[in-house]
This record gives sequence, structure tokens and C-alpha cells, in this order.
Amino acid sequence: MSIELKNVTYTYSPGTAYEIHALKDINLTIPDGQFIGIIGHTGSGKSTLIQHFNALIRPTSGKVLYNGEDVWEEHYNRKNLRSHVGLVFQYPEHQLFESDVLSDVCFGPMNQGLSREEAEEEARKALFQVGFREKNFKKSPFELSGGQKKRVAIAGVLAMNPEILILDEPTAGLDPKGRDDILDQIAELHSVRGITIVLVSHSMEDVAKYVERLIVVNKGELPFDGRPREVFSHYKELEKMGLAAPQITYIMHDLREKGLQVDPGATTVPEAREDILRALREAGSPLLKGGRTK
Amino acid sequence: MGIIKTAKLGFDYFKYDEDGNVQEMQRAVDDVNIDIREGEFVAVLGHNGSGKSTLAKHMNALLLPTEGTVWIDGMDTLKEPELWEIRRRAGMVFQNPDNQIIGSIVEEDVGFGPENMGIPTEDIWKRVEESLQKTGMSAYRAHSPNKLSGGQKQRVAIAGVMAMRPKCIVLDEPTAMLDPNGRREVLEAVRQLNKQEKVTVVLITHYMEEVIHADHVYVMDEGHVVLEGTPREIFSQVETLKKYRLDVPQVTLLAYELKKSGVDLPDGILTTEELVNILCQ
Amino acid sequence: MIRDITIGQYYPADSVIHRLDPRTKLAGTLVFIISIFLFHTLPGYAAATVFLAAVIRISKVPVKFIFKGLKAIFLILLITMVFNMLLTPGEELWRFGILRITREGISMAVRMAIRLVYLVVGSSLMTLTTTPNQLTDGLEKSLRPLNKIHVPVHEISMMMSIALRFIPILLEETDKIMKAQIARGADFESGNLIQKVKNMVPLLVPLFISAFRRANDLAMAMEARCYHGGEHRTQMKPLQYKKRDRLAYLALFLYLALAVLFRVLGI
Repeated sequence: MSIELKNVTYTYSPGTAYEIHALKDINLTIPDGQFIGIIGHTGSGKSTLIQHFNALIRPTSGKVLYNGEDVWEEHYNRKNLRSHVGLVFQYPEHQLFESDVLSDVCFGPMNQGLSREEAEEEARKALFQVGFREKNFKKSPFELSGGQKKRVAIAGVLAMNPEILILDEPTAGLDPKGRDDILDQIAELHSVRGITIVLVSHSMEDVAKYVERLIVVNKGELPFDGRPREVFSHYKELEKMGLAAPQITYIMHDLREKGLQVDPGATTVPEAREDILRALREAGSPLLKGGRTK
Repeated sequence: MGIIKTAKLGFDYFKYDEDGNVQEMQRAVDDVNIDIREGEFVAVLGHNGSGKSTLAKHMNALLLPTEGTVWIDGMDTLKEPELWEIRRRAGMVFQNPDNQIIGSIVEEDVGFGPENMGIPTEDIWKRVEESLQKTGMSAYRAHSPNKLSGGQKQRVAIAGVMAMRPKCIVLDEPTAMLDPNGRREVLEAVRQLNKQEKVTVVLITHYMEEVIHADHVYVMDEGHVVLEGTPREIFSQVETLKKYRLDVPQVTLLAYELKKSGVDLPDGILTTEELVNILCQ
Repeated sequence: MIRDITIGQYYPADSVIHRLDPRTKLAGTLVFIISIFLFHTLPGYAAATVFLAAVIRISKVPVKFIFKGLKAIFLILLITMVFNMLLTPGEELWRFGILRITREGISMAVRMAIRLVYLVVGSSLMTLTTTPNQLTDGLEKSLRPLNKIHVPVHEISMMMSIALRFIPILLEETDKIMKAQIARGADFESGNLIQKVKNMVPLLVPLFISAFRRANDLAMAMEARCYHGGEHRTQMKPLQYKKRDRLAYLALFLYLALAVLFRVLGI
């Protein structure tokens, strides 16, 4: 189970004055089971990229392979592909339309040809998996809070039992608690159900905390692809692309510059805490005196 | 009395059934007493549904109190015959950049407010020129708003408010739909207006990083103001903020965690420099 | 996709036509439309062509851009032509079963095609060179006399200009909703007509809800910026006739006179 992009190029309005090269000769493999983050500023081509994964966009040139098969072959069943590769867009308002939550989540499974009963079963499963309570199943999706709508939208795709789940900025507009809840839920889908996750995010702090592989998109190219700490070690280049590193990375670099021997590769708060404590102990810092040392 | 003052402000949302009878009543804001001085940069923090947007809409007389009083520059919003004067003095910028731009060209949109106020044509042009300059949008004056980035659209919206020469700008989650660059851009513009033009700013947000430079912070939960103080005072209460579905900037959290592990640090560290300087002294 | 429809979208350029008062351009469009129904001979069409070509040239809007907009009406054009060709009685040129093509039919079809194309090009030239706001300002001012019989002219023109501003936004949104639903296995293409209409529900419901939401937000934003109808309102860009408008009216008058003359003389 993998998605593979081979020399994929995508051009908007080719042959006109408005020609834009959104993607340039992209080669990328998404193997089974990874938790991947994609970062890039608005207009970098990342939206175009993820829409290639489930064949919503046809590449201008190059190939998109799913399990080795070219998804743009004449007889390839792309509708079927979209059940395997689920894509959840940024705004839940763009997909919620039914009068109650359960029916809305049934939409996907019923398009796969399931009966209403079978679809409901899948829908229930999916709603539980995103932490949505049964007492709200019959509510109108339009009455829900932002975080709840987001859950229903994710369940709407999850109910189709995809092997890969792509989420375009699932935390946009949510408050801090809502954001953490959704991300924890997604992490759980990855660890418990073993779904491959592709998370598009603007928050460096979030990707540093959750993903195991980080892909940077800039001007239609993929300049970096690796573990978050490797990618964030290029924070100066990232800044030139209108991106940044998590605040922690800056703190660690500044500390090192000022003489505290910390690991500049730390990207999350727990990592940084452990490492700073170690460095402070080694340096015999007076700040530790009187406090309890672990 | 400050430029915006509320006393025992309460507001109920009503939900009606098909016959027009009250079906449900929900208190969105309850017993809120705030006093904002002229020239201040004030932030209102709160999770989604905490009542912060409802409060914001009272500062522009878009909503009128069910209970209590709101004074804008000394005018009681319930008694003022000319709501327009209140709306002129306390301008408002909303969350969705697309849904508040009326003109199909940037400069025409900035001129919309002054047109409504009945300003003579020549003066409208002067005001438009001025506000575009203050928000750094002069180069885009002849552009269509649809071609601008989110951050630029919000700056146009701010310019549109500035053209009405307000004493105060209320921004209701102006950055919620923007990417980090757009957020920085908008915040920069707002801070500049506050510093150079001495405009009072009320920023409603749930992004903690945006609050660091505020003079005063109110935290809302379930319609009440539950915390208030300087950013440092607010951010030293990490656990309390978490209870209200909020968090703190990473650097504050790290300092808090270090302190818990026995490092001798002061409360409420707000910036990277502060933390680095203390750790490396 | 849907975004490619260019018919009538403002094309920014610095030309005399762009700077004309919108009322002049409205009058011009009206005169041109009248003229293409007055003309019915080759010299007449030649005159209309010269006039239209001259205006396009002066407007600095690329010809390619204008004709791209015609794609949208291509089907209507084709149907009109075929019907005219087959259904006009007269001297028979070709016959196949009950279908027959006549000399008169061809001439009628060509004439209809020219009129239709000129009609669309002429009126899209108006919207191509006038911003929606100017256009509605022009309409508002031209229609102001209707205020006396209680037609809410200001409100109507405000509605029009807002509608025009939101069309591109809603088109883009339609595109996004379609993609979101296709990702959930929706099908907007296959099936018979009833099936197709039913399949549109997942697209239309989110679109309508979003449109209402936007309307609500916008109304609030307008109120916050002191909008309270047309009374006591001033204008940033008030309409004023300039010398170029008087010249344009003169040219229009001469052109109309020519058209009437052709008609009377039967040229």
C-alpha cells in the first residue's frame, strides 16, 4: 500500500499569460504506516500536491501510482481509489450537508455502494473513533461547534475505511484545547488503527510534536524531506521560504550560542526540558541549587 | 471613565421556534465589568464559545445589552440616538477577510465608510490616501481584493476602519483564518497603529503569541471575565489557562516545566531572550 | 474549470474607454444594440464591424480575451444557426429527407449569428472596461428618476455591486465543495437528469449555507461601517461628464444617425 509520485509536474493555465508551475518534477513515495507532516506557506503548491494523492488533480506530466498502478490509466477506478486515500479538506462547512450528523457521515459509505444499515454501522464506528458522542448523532451538523464539525468531517471520510488519511490543516480556527484534542485523536488513529496519516499544517510546533517525517514544499519543489529535527536544523533556509522552526529550536540555538551546551536538535517542550536540565547540571548552574534535582 | 467601559453587562441569545416563541435562552455574556483606557492595547482571550465575540460586538453597538450598560467614549449604547457616532468612534474588523470587503477595488472599499458618513468627496480621497499609507497598502490601491492574500485583505479592512478616523479599533479574531505570515503581518500593522496613531486597540484572539505585547489582558470563559492583568501575570498561571481551554507560548511552557523540575526561574517568562538570558547568566 | 469564464469580467487597462463615464458607456451599449437590429444589409454590418473594431482597439482589451468569453455562448449560437438554416422557407439548396437548407436560411443564420456575437461582444465590452462599482453607480444615476415612483434604485444597485463582487468568491467555493464531496465518492457527472439533480444536493446545500453566512457577515460589516442606506451618503467617485464624454456622445449620435439612414434608404 503506497502512493508514489514520479516526475509529477503540474501547471495551472498552461500556454497562457497566467501560467503557473504549481509543482515541478516531484518524486515522492508515501509508504504504509507513516505519520507524515507537510509544511509550506500559502501558495507553495502543497494543496496541489495533496490533491494528486487521491486523483482530484491530474498531473500535467508524470505519473501517480497507487500500489504500483497508474491511477490515470484509462480504466483505472479513481472513485475506488478515493475510498483508499481519504482527503479531508480544511473547512468542514464545505462538505456537511445532511440534516443530521449520522446521515452526513453515511454519505461516503453509501457512495461506496453500502446499504443504509451497513453505512450506518461504518458511520457509527467512525464517529466513535474521532471521539464524537452518540447523544449528538441526531443533531444537525450546522449547530455544532467548530471542533465538533471538524470531527464529523473527518468521520465522514474515515467511514469509507481509507488506508491513508490526508488532512488539510485540521486545526485551522480551533482554540488551543480543540486543536490538541483533534491532533491527539488523529495520532490515535495512526497508532491504534494503523492508518497512514498525511497532515498539512501551518504550525511548526504541532508537526514537531506529532509527525515522524516532515516534507517541506516551496515554490512547487520539495527542498526538505526527513525527520523533523533534521528538517528544522535548516531553520535559516526555512525562514527564507516564509516558514520557521518551532520556538523551541530557536531557544536551543540561542542557549548554545550563549554557552550552554544543549542539543540544538530538540524540537518539543519535553525534549528541551530534559536536555536543558542535563546541561544545567553538567554546567553546575546556580539556578539548580535549592531546587529538587531529578 | 475609559474609552470603553461596561458595567454589569449581560447578554442573552434567544432561539425561537417556528411560531416565534422563545424556545431557548442562552446567556452569552454575564456580569462583565471592564474599563479600557484610551491609547491602550488590550487583548481579550478565550476559547471558542467563551463569549468573547459577543462582548466585542457590544463595543460597536452591533449588539445591545440585555442587562447592564456599555459606554463608548462616554456614550451609552442603549440611549444614544446616533448609533453611527458610536460605530465611527469604535471601528470593527471581523474574522473572515472576504466577508467584510464591500468594494471591488481596494481604494473604493476603504472609501466606503467615509461615504456612509457623508464626507465631502475631496476629503474622502484624503482619508483613503492616509489610511492606505498607515496600513502599508498604498501599492495595492487599484487592485481587486480577490487577488490579495489573507493578510493583505485584513489590512484593507483595517484601512477601511481607519478612514473613519476612529478612536478605537476592535478586532474580532482578525487572524483566525490566516497563515502564520498573514498573522504576523496583521499584528504588525495593528501594533503600529496603536503606537504611532495612538489608536486604542482591542484584540480578540485565541492565539497566545499575539497577546505578549498587550498592555492588558482579559480572559473569558462561559461569558465571564475570569482573569485579568498584564500578559506576565496571566501567563504565569499555566494550569489555570489550561482549565479555560487555552495554553501559553512554548517558551512560557518550557520555563514553567523547568521551574517545576527545580530550576530557579521567575514566573511568566514571555520571550526567548528572557529565558536564554536567565539560563545563561 | 468554472473559473475560466471570462465573460464580462473587468479587464484593467488605461484607455479612453475605461475612463469614460459609465453612463456614456451604458448609452453607447444601448445605441450599439439598437444599431445591430437596424442594420440588415452587408454595408450595414460592415459599418457595425468598423465601429465595434474601433472601440475594441481604443479600449486596449486584447481581442483574444474578448473572444474567449464567447465560448460560453457557443452552444446557443450553434443551435440558433442550425434552426434558422433548416426552418427558413425559400430557395432550396440541399435536401435530405425532411431536412432542407435554403439560401434564405443560410443568410438568416449568418445574420442571426452576427447579431448574437455582436450583442455579446458589445455588451461584454461594457463590463470589461467598467468596474462593477462604476457600472452600478452609472445605473443608479441613470435610473434615479425611477426613485419618484418608489423604485429603490440605490438598494438595487448596491445589491448588484455586492453580487458582482461575490461571484468569483462563490465560484471558487463551488470548486472546493465539489472536490470535498468527490473525495467522499460523490459523482456529479453520470446518471440521468433526475439523478444528476439529486446528486447536486451535496454541492448546493453547503453552497447556500455559506452564501447566507457571507450575507449575514457582510450585512454586519456594512453596519459596523455606518452604512444606513442611500440617504446622506456622499461618493468617493461621483460621476461627472467630461469633455471626452461629450465627444463620445457626438460619435454615438452620428453612428445612430447612420444606422437610421441606412434603414430608411434600405441600404
